[in-house]
Amino acid sequence: MSAMDATPYALPNSDAEHEQLQEIWAPKRGLFSWFAQIDHHSIGRRFIFTAFVWFGLGGLLAALMRIQLAKPNNTFLSADQYNQIFTMHGTTMMFLFAVPVMEAVAIYMIPLMVGTRALAFPRANAYAYYLFLFGGIMLYVAFFLNMGPDAGWFNYVPLAGPEFSPGKRIDIWAQLVNFTEISALTVAVEIIVTIFKMRAPGMSINRMPLYVWSMLVTAFMIVFAMPSVMTASNFIGLDRLVGTHFFNRAEGGDVLLWQHLFWFFGHPEVYIIFIPGLGMVSAIIEAFCHRRIFGYTAMVMSLVATAFIGFGLWVHHMFAVGLPQSGQSFFTAASMMIAIPSGIQIFCWIATIWMGKPNFRPPLMFVLGFVAIFVIGGLTGVMLASVPIDLQVHDTFFVVAHLHYVLIGGAVFPLLAALFYWFPKMTGRLMNERVGHISFWLAFIGFNVTFFPQHKLGLVGMTRRIYTYLPETGWGPLNLLSTIGAGILALGMIAYVGNALYSMKWGPIAGSNPWDGATLEWATTSPPPHYNFLHIPTVSGLEPLWNNPENAPVVTGLATDKRELLITRMLDAEPDHRFVFPNPSIWPFISAVSTAGMLVSLLFSAWALPIGTVIVAIFLTLWFWPTTPKKEGEEPPNDGAAEAVA
Amino acid sequence: MRIRGIVLLAAAAVAALTACEREERRFREMPSAAGRRNTERLVTLVPGPYTPDVRVKNPYERNAFAISEGKRLFTWYNCVGCHANGGGGMGPPLMDDRWRYGSDPENIFATIVEGRPNGMPSFRGKIPEYQVWQLVAFVQSLSGNVPKDAASGRSDDMQARKQEQAVPDIKPEREPAPQP
Amino acid sequence: MTLLALLSGRGFQSALEPAGTHAARIARLWDIFLIVSVVVWVLVMIALLMAAFRRRRAQHDETAGATNTVSIATGITAVTLFALLVSSVLTGRSIVDKTAPGALQLIVTGHQWWWQVEYDDPQKSNRFQDANEITIPVGVPVNIQLRSSDVIHSFWVPNLNGKQDLIPGHDGTIQLLANKPGVYRGQCAEFCGLQHAKMSLWINAVTPDEYAKWLASSRQPSKIPSTPEQRIGQQVFMSSPCPLCHTIQGTDAGGKTAPDLTHFASRRSIAAATLPNRRGYLAGWIVDPQHLKPGSQMPPMLMKQGELEPLLAYLESLQ
Repeated sequence: MSAMDATPYALPNSDAEHEQLQEIWAPKRGLFSWFAQIDHHSIGRRFIFTAFVWFGLGGLLAALMRIQLAKPNNTFLSADQYNQIFTMHGTTMMFLFAVPVMEAVAIYMIPLMVGTRALAFPRANAYAYYLFLFGGIMLYVAFFLNMGPDAGWFNYVPLAGPEFSPGKRIDIWAQLVNFTEISALTVAVEIIVTIFKMRAPGMSINRMPLYVWSMLVTAFMIVFAMPSVMTASNFIGLDRLVGTHFFNRAEGGDVLLWQHLFWFFGHPEVYIIFIPGLGMVSAIIEAFCHRRIFGYTAMVMSLVATAFIGFGLWVHHMFAVGLPQSGQSFFTAASMMIAIPSGIQIFCWIATIWMGKPNFRPPLMFVLGFVAIFVIGGLTGVMLASVPIDLQVHDTFFVVAHLHYVLIGGAVFPLLAALFYWFPKMTGRLMNERVGHISFWLAFIGFNVTFFPQHKLGLVGMTRRIYTYLPETGWGPLNLLSTIGAGILALGMIAYVGNALYSMKWGPIAGSNPWDGATLEWATTSPPPHYNFLHIPTVSGLEPLWNNPENAPVVTGLATDKRELLITRMLDAEPDHRFVFPNPSIWPFISAVSTAGMLVSLLFSAWALPIGTVIVAIFLTLWFWPTTPKKEGEEPPNDGAAEAVA
Repeated sequence: MRIRGIVLLAAAAVAALTACEREERRFREMPSAAGRRNTERLVTLVPGPYTPDVRVKNPYERNAFAISEGKRLFTWYNCVGCHANGGGGMGPPLMDDRWRYGSDPENIFATIVEGRPNGMPSFRGKIPEYQVWQLVAFVQSLSGNVPKDAASGRSDDMQARKQEQAVPDIKPEREPAPQP
Repeated sequence: MTLLALLSGRGFQSALEPAGTHAARIARLWDIFLIVSVVVWVLVMIALLMAAFRRRRAQHDETAGATNTVSIATGITAVTLFALLVSSVLTGRSIVDKTAPGALQLIVTGHQWWWQVEYDDPQKSNRFQDANEITIPVGVPVNIQLRSSDVIHSFWVPNLNGKQDLIPGHDGTIQLLANKPGVYRGQCAEFCGLQHAKMSLWINAVTPDEYAKWLASSRQPSKIPSTPEQRIGQQVFMSSPCPLCHTIQGTDAGGKTAPDLTHFASRRSIAAATLPNRRGYLAGWIVDPQHLKPGSQMPPMLMKQGELEPLLAYLESLQ
């Protein structure tokens, strides 16, 4: 209680309110309640934890690959095993780790940063988490049963089609895409609605933190990109299981249709992964240089421009396919043009650091590492945008190097920085700084030793996705170096994760604002209570906590006997009406189980569709069954906006 | 957390019942010498009492990779030249319920290896034995006599007939038992 | 394979050592991009490190200066990118396939996991097939039509040109123009299944005279076996499964699903340029190919006593 009193927006004599809110919002104990939980903190934590389990498995797969490639003609893995492993590595990292972990951090942090009590559609949030979990379990169970997909994470037809990939391996891949994309789309909708309609009063659209902007942009990208890959994966599922001819040229389909459908999703996908990282970097530079990010408007415009342009690049994955040259030039131009908004962001950050007072804690170190690594990745990206150069290095280890530079540099390093930064908020304890620095240097050095030589390997002829190579090619020494680097990188990751796990239990206790951050999440205790803020704060500028928060008005009058929140208007965040959020419910979990059952059974029988649809529909009906008024979901009579008390 | 573990184990157990054999990929099968015990006995007149041979199982009946290889070899070794895509032409159809020389795997094996009167060539020594078994598995799939999850999907060609995984089970007409 | 040893494992599959016109132009473009990229990265790093570690004087409002700097930097970025775009498009135009008189026509069909090569000619009787190794004359443009019989492959010989995909249902083309004689290795560059890693090819670029000699000899049907051992070997070949898949011109072996063996002994490699064409490797390939290239479509052959040696002798006679 005293901790809450120490937060800037707390009013005196609020103990009774605190207890009532605690009573309404805190989860009950017990196994049943654990599955019925819809609190965005616990769902967010589960999401992050599960995503990192997949990250660890994906990393293990990478280690296996690097061991196999360390020397020529190695026999550590067979061709079939290697093909399954590299496909699983890509699929895990892209579908099960990269996008979900970014969404997971947003699920936890967005309500805190915009100043509300919950994430919109909390029961759908739980459903999305369970679907994500079940999809990953399905994939790995299949992998351990020698049923893992083996045609690459982008699964080109006709290799992945019914004739050349017998068995259920590719069908598992297609269903995994269904699982993860339903999950991602659901969370994206929740994020958009939360950001648009649930911001604290006064947080107009031009006073949103840049991280919130980045998640808004990402969520919109997800909404437009994911349906394309779901279409593609369902087309290939139909081709394989039902006998349609979407990708069969002889009956009117086309092999290239797959590539277009997939890459129309695939290119925005990497920006979906990367843009949250940009938001995180902004948050960290602001906090650790103690200065507002320079050029707020330019930064927002850059995020939006990156998202838009990102949808117009996909053919640069298909330059070797034989499309007309003039069309290719358009995509070259767009692929180079997208470097401009990213460049603007980097220049603005450097300006911010220049004008601020850098505090070289591990989060800022990871951010500096991000700049170094990501700029290399961006420059090799510009090289790949050029058609002649791409025709030499496409599908070689040059591309492998590029993609890891932009994904690990551009997304994982900011993620590690952000998790270090927000760790005290989520757990109430600080991660160890010394180990944090060590893990940064191990990761930074290890990463570069692993991936920089791969640029050269691609240029001297080493193609992607090969399980071995001949000694006469001379690729052995650089591959061995790359494997050693992978070991160092792994040590760095293990150090970081170990640090996190240890500090969760035994780290030094953190106060509500250990880094002196500027944004609203630091205005409540660490960890936050289940209702986030005792009183919803109001905001009058970009850095609420640096501008006299003790004297800021807060919102009072929201009910404390039900889960009531304030809904505000989209652009200027004027209070609009009150809304009561639902209580915990077991139906999301049961619906997710039945959806998962339907999707997995579809692999074996078409009857799963009618039967499964009926069952899922029944559970969804029970989920949405309206309850009697005054319990939940009904708006109380409109008695004007809640009062503000000075 | 423990619940999650139990769920995982249950899922694995269920899937284990369906996955193992279908998804195996065996590449290194050694060919065996020609003329051996897998060939069905052609004559039932034997010294002493006649006992039918032990049924020989097709090792590839449930293996998706092998059935798909059989499909490839069906074209590569020009079975399509006489049997078309299963509907027959010069040779009899292979996707119906009439099995002139027996529908059991070892009968089909013998048909391919020994040849048959009226025009079926003998491929003894020309097709390695494990590939003959793959062809047997494919021929069985033409009339729906393999598990549906192991049968192949449509080809990347003009569609000549329903793909094997959609073929209904066509039970072979019962052949009279051999008389001693 | 001695040639391979002499090359000491460097440079014969490298985009950085161009031996053809197209690859040379791409390598020049690469140099430009590389220099620009290094300069940009170094400048950004200098700016970052200065920003992070500079001695901070008394606070005064630097936002105006910052606005100018960021705008200028953005402008320079845009201009640089535009220049790179122009150079890229110009290079792209200069390497596009040009119709040239006297160009050689080849048709390369990708299979899982080997390359079928057809030497085209207006006169049908001059056409012939080969596999996995292509001989071309220096200084003569070679137009290659790219087809696939099964899945997507990609034809890539880095010393000579960029890559083009072989897509079933689509006909692609690529042009090569070698500048100096030599032996260049290529590799399939689109994941095509189990043995994608071992689907390579050799290109021999020879002088026009040597090419004419080679062409004349390749157009001949296979050599008739001259020794008794070779004759026995030919009988072994014809009575084994071999003719069901392989062709040897001038004999009854007419299989179309595997590499043409008419001039097999003149190749430097087997198994799609992944093993040397020497007796020991050849014997291993015939008897147990799945050990060397598991999943490849060559089945193991059971050879009886006294069959393997003559067969090898016969195959070695197919110059």
